[in-house]
Amino acid sequence: MGAVIELSTHGDARIARAREAAARVCDPEVPVLTIDDLGVLRDVRRDGETIEVVITPTYSGCPAMDMIALEVDLALEKAGFVHRKVTLSLSPAWTTDWMSEAGKAKLKAYGIAPPQGRAKGRGALFGVEEIPCPHCGSLDTRRVSEFGSTACKALWRCESCREPFDYFKCI
Amino acid sequence: MEAPLFTYTLRLADNALVLGHRLSEWCGHGPMLEEDLALANMALDCIGQARNFYTYAGEMEGKGRSEDDLAYLRDCADFTNILLVERPRGDFAFTILRQFLYSAFMHPFFEQLSASKDERLAAIAAKAEKEMAYHLRHSAEWVIRLGDGTEGSAARLSEALADLWPFTGEMFEVDAAERALIEAGVAVDPASIRPLWLETVDRVFADALITRPKDVWMQSGGRRGEHSEHLGHLLADLQFMQRAYPGSVW
Ligand SMILES: [Zn+2]
Repeated sequence: MGAVIELSTHGDARIARAREAAARVCDPEVPVLTIDDLGVLRDVRRDGETIEVVITPTYSGCPAMDMIALEVDLALEKAGFVHRKVTLSLSPAWTTDWMSEAGKAKLKAYGIAPPQGRAKGRGALFGVEEIPCPHCGSLDTRRVSEFGSTACKALWRCESCREPFDYFKCI
Repeated sequence: MEAPLFTYTLRLADNALVLGHRLSEWCGHGPMLEEDLALANMALDCIGQARNFYTYAGEMEGKGRSEDDLAYLRDCADFTNILLVERPRGDFAFTILRQFLYSAFMHPFFEQLSASKDERLAAIAAKAEKEMAYHLRHSAEWVIRLGDGTEGSAARLSEALADLWPFTGEMFEVDAAERALIEAGVAVDPASIRPLWLETVDRVFADALITRPKDVWMQSGGRRGEHSEHLGHLLADLQFMQRAYPGSVW
């Protein structure tokens, strides 16, 4: 009986250690954020002897996913996990609502406006957004383009400080 | 006879891949830097959607075909995309109007498909819906800007509309196999999308100062593998590497 309990706590400790290692992996396109901040890291679990890390893509065509999967695998290897796998899960679909508050603060400090409010449906399609400038805080900003340097960002400009900035789109 | 769900998934994949390729042809040729980025990003979304659908189609077929096999090793007659998406990219007005007509349909389509009884299709659609929302908004804004812009931009938009409109009918086609999937709650009935699609089109066209053409004879065939010569040229470009160097990898 004691042995079984010991085995399962041992298992939980392994999962915690694996999670810690995986959670430190950064998004190659927004290196200030970890995959944990982003909400891309969905689960760390045990499948027999194998540690399984589940990640979800931000966008269907996100080119960073292969890189992230590789980095997670490397992080687990470095942490001493021999039997490991990284699984890609599509459902439920990733949303910016999963981004941590710490993540949003890091984004802003990095010069990227964090997603505003919660992801909405069709109602917001033709709506007007109010995005504060990450540099000076002004609300006198303008969207230059719906699409920026990566799929997850839009291109904006501040009319007060005249600086262009990226906005992490709300989806 | 292929399994209906395989055919259905493959059609979704082919539409996304072919349109994604057309959009990607703009990379480095956009009318300005911001649009170059936007078109490349939209291409990436479509190709990502195609990858998800192809992977699923390959798995359910059970013959060991991967997403790459399905994208790179099938010939024209095996492709089941609608003719709309294989039209050559044309000028910017043509590309942006096609994106608008397509995403005004696909956005509500994916929204409905995300409630499909097939969990995998539902999962892929839930992601794609969010992406098409941005394609719709972006392309709609440009349609208005071009239509309500200069004489030149309005003329190009009108010309694009006359070219593209006869290819919009195929989005609403349904065959017997698909009808069964619709009744099973797996597939989306495109007829249910039509009122919303027309409403979106009319609303944006009103701001763009253009009118929806009167009902004309609609082109058809792509879904059955009957394509224009343009698809052959597109595939020659898309598939060259795998045809010339079979099995090559990055
Ligand atoms: Zn500012």
